Amino acid sequence: MTNAPVRATRTPPWRNVRVLRVIAQLVTLAVVLIIGWWLVNNLLTNMRQTRLSFGFEFLDSTAGFEIGESLVPYSATDRYRDAFLVGVANTLLISLIGIILATLLGIVTGVARLSNNWLVSKIAAGYVELMRNTPLLVQLVLIYAVMLQLPAISNSITLPGSIFLNQRGLFLPRPVAEPGFGAWLTAIVIGVAVAIGLHVLASRREAAGQSAGRLRLAGYGLLLVIVAGAWIATSPLGLDVPVQERFNFVGGLTISPELTALLFGLVIYTAAFIGEVVRGGIQAVRRGQVEAAQAIGLSDRQTLRLVVFPQALRIIVPPLTSQYLNLAKNSSLAIAVGFADLFSVSRTMANQTGQPVSVIVLVMAAYLVISLLTSLVMNLYNRRVQVLER
Amino acid sequence: MSRSALLALTLGAVVVAAACTSAPPTATQTPAGSAAATSTPVGARLAAVRARDQLICGVNTNLAGFAALDAASNTWRGFDADYCRAVAAAVLGDANKVEFRGLTADDRGPALQSGSIDVLIRNTTWTSSRDAAWGNFGPTTFYDGQGMMVNSTKNDATTLEELAGATICVQTGTTTELNLADQMRVRNVDFTPLTFDNIDATYGAYTETRCDAVTSDRSQLVGRRSGFTTPADHALLDVVMSKEPLGPVVPAGDDQWFDMVKWVVFATIQAEESAIDSTNVTQMRDTSTDPVIQRLLGVQPAAGTLASALGFQDGWVVSMIGAVGNYEEIYNRNLGPSTPLALDRGPNQLWTEGGLLYAPPYR
Repeated sequence: MTNAPVRATRTPPWRNVRVLRVIAQLVTLAVVLIIGWWLVNNLLTNMRQTRLSFGFEFLDSTAGFEIGESLVPYSATDRYRDAFLVGVANTLLISLIGIILATLLGIVTGVARLSNNWLVSKIAAGYVELMRNTPLLVQLVLIYAVMLQLPAISNSITLPGSIFLNQRGLFLPRPVAEPGFGAWLTAIVIGVAVAIGLHVLASRREAAGQSAGRLRLAGYGLLLVIVAGAWIATSPLGLDVPVQERFNFVGGLTISPELTALLFGLVIYTAAFIGEVVRGGIQAVRRGQVEAAQAIGLSDRQTLRLVVFPQALRIIVPPLTSQYLNLAKNSSLAIAVGFADLFSVSRTMANQTGQPVSVIVLVMAAYLVISLLTSLVMNLYNRRVQVLER
Repeated sequence: MSRSALLALTLGAVVVAAACTSAPPTATQTPAGSAAATSTPVGARLAAVRARDQLICGVNTNLAGFAALDAASNTWRGFDADYCRAVAAAVLGDANKVEFRGLTADDRGPALQSGSIDVLIRNTTWTSSRDAAWGNFGPTTFYDGQGMMVNSTKNDATTLEELAGATICVQTGTTTELNLADQMRVRNVDFTPLTFDNIDATYGAYTETRCDAVTSDRSQLVGRRSGFTTPADHALLDVVMSKEPLGPVVPAGDDQWFDMVKWVVFATIQAEESAIDSTNVTQMRDTSTDPVIQRLLGVQPAAGTLASALGFQDGWVVSMIGAVGNYEEIYNRNLGPSTPLALDRGPNQLWTEGGLLYAPPYR
């Protein structure tokens, strides 16, 4: 064999698949870059022509507008930066509580749809179809309109324990830490430590074949006694009770109808989708798995918990992530029901500053960060679930 | 292998370079092309309106007395809507050649900035920052002030101080949102705002007693009150919280178009001052010997030189006044004593009667 025939069969670059692939990639990249650059340039040119400035200096000037509900302290004399953070905090609050509640309701719905009980499964199916096939905005507006039909503040519904319900919201007593709170917390830590110690001891004895039920019970009893005793001794928590004044209830904890309507709407809407995801996940577990579990004598509960659910979870988690992201993004519909979320606050900011482009960039960045963090957490969880596979 | 990789890289670099050199022309052409639609060079807006044979006018979505769609006749009615018609009549010779575009308070700034409307006549307060950011403000057509409305059957507050602790409904993206915070802060009064971006949602929450008071321009409060089931139960506090001069706004960049909109407003004011109205305008043109009236109605100087200097056609004031009437007629038709709003003219009187309406000489 000489080198000559080898050289002769060598593919020229314009027919070499590897070269062509690289070129195709580069061309694609160039096209994407050009389109992106063209869009940005177009925006900048138009902004220049309409004398719109782009910048974030306005964040440090005084906001000048009040926000109805805020997790963090805020007043009109604070800066736009602070107002924006109020919006972010409110969006995070809604998203977090919404995701937790929607997951719980979604699992119940998914399992209910698979129930052998005809009525339960039909109710679940009806709920899912109704929620999935009507627009969320319509649902929110309807829910809010219904909430406003609660009694006016002058005839609030009074529940035992200084709880009031009216169209301005649900007013609850708020626990406040008294001076004895620290001492009480210390007592709880000690009690828990003792209980854990006794629990471990009991487990060891059980492992050695001795009965230790009493020891364990003693641990729990002791914890209860310490916590209750310390409560009486220190009186750690006071209650800030809502009191009706001229216009509104003052003090205590207020859950506004805007927050409730938004949360309720997001939860029942998203839970319908999660229910379908859960149902699909469970149904995707092969029938043979259930039969095998029953064959080795596992109870129905054990079958579900040890065989079906771990396998279903692998299928459920990725689409579940999408639903969580949808919920977080759909929370921007808050503006329709008067809740001061990130989008609502930024609409005011855009108008007052006259810099809509800068504000929109900020808002998009904030939602992007929230969504990416959600994805990250869910992907980590997904990896953990997937590892169990083999 | 390494040689082909090198070749690929070089080829790629050539492609990118070629793309880069060819990119600028396309990129510069497109903004220039779209510039006609966004920031108008002088004269372009008028040409665009004439070519379209339709005026795109941004108005309020639902504000009785200023701009609201009358369901029965399917026409827009109101003071602002009539000023849209006045501009159309003056520019196109036909008051009906208007496309009304209902805008929320939040949407009106971007609509002006992008130039998607020809003129905004949407009870918009003239402020320095809006003047800088949104476009050019024409003469004020309605001098207003911010007020506060309460349901007098539910609470007896008569001053802002007595609203301490109240929940107050306000629309986002308005000057009233800022004024409210300012006014309450100087008075050291705590309150909870409840904000909506939709005017119907704002007043809906108020009538459902979700809030104790609602704040906006006084004219708007009266306008919305006229649509309540029991208007008499709602009272305006005797307080004016701010100056709210409302008028037309045009997108920035086209001085000719700006001038034309200004003179439409001035012509309606001058017509009232000269006692020209929709019923007598042709008669005045034919018989009046008053040089002020002769100039305004295009009798003198020689065939409409004043009109064409601004960009109008001959006899534009005659056709405009004939179609929509003078300031007084527009006011009385929509806000006057015979309407549900029955707003007193207040500062919106001619300067000759102690008001603020004053048109520069048309000559």
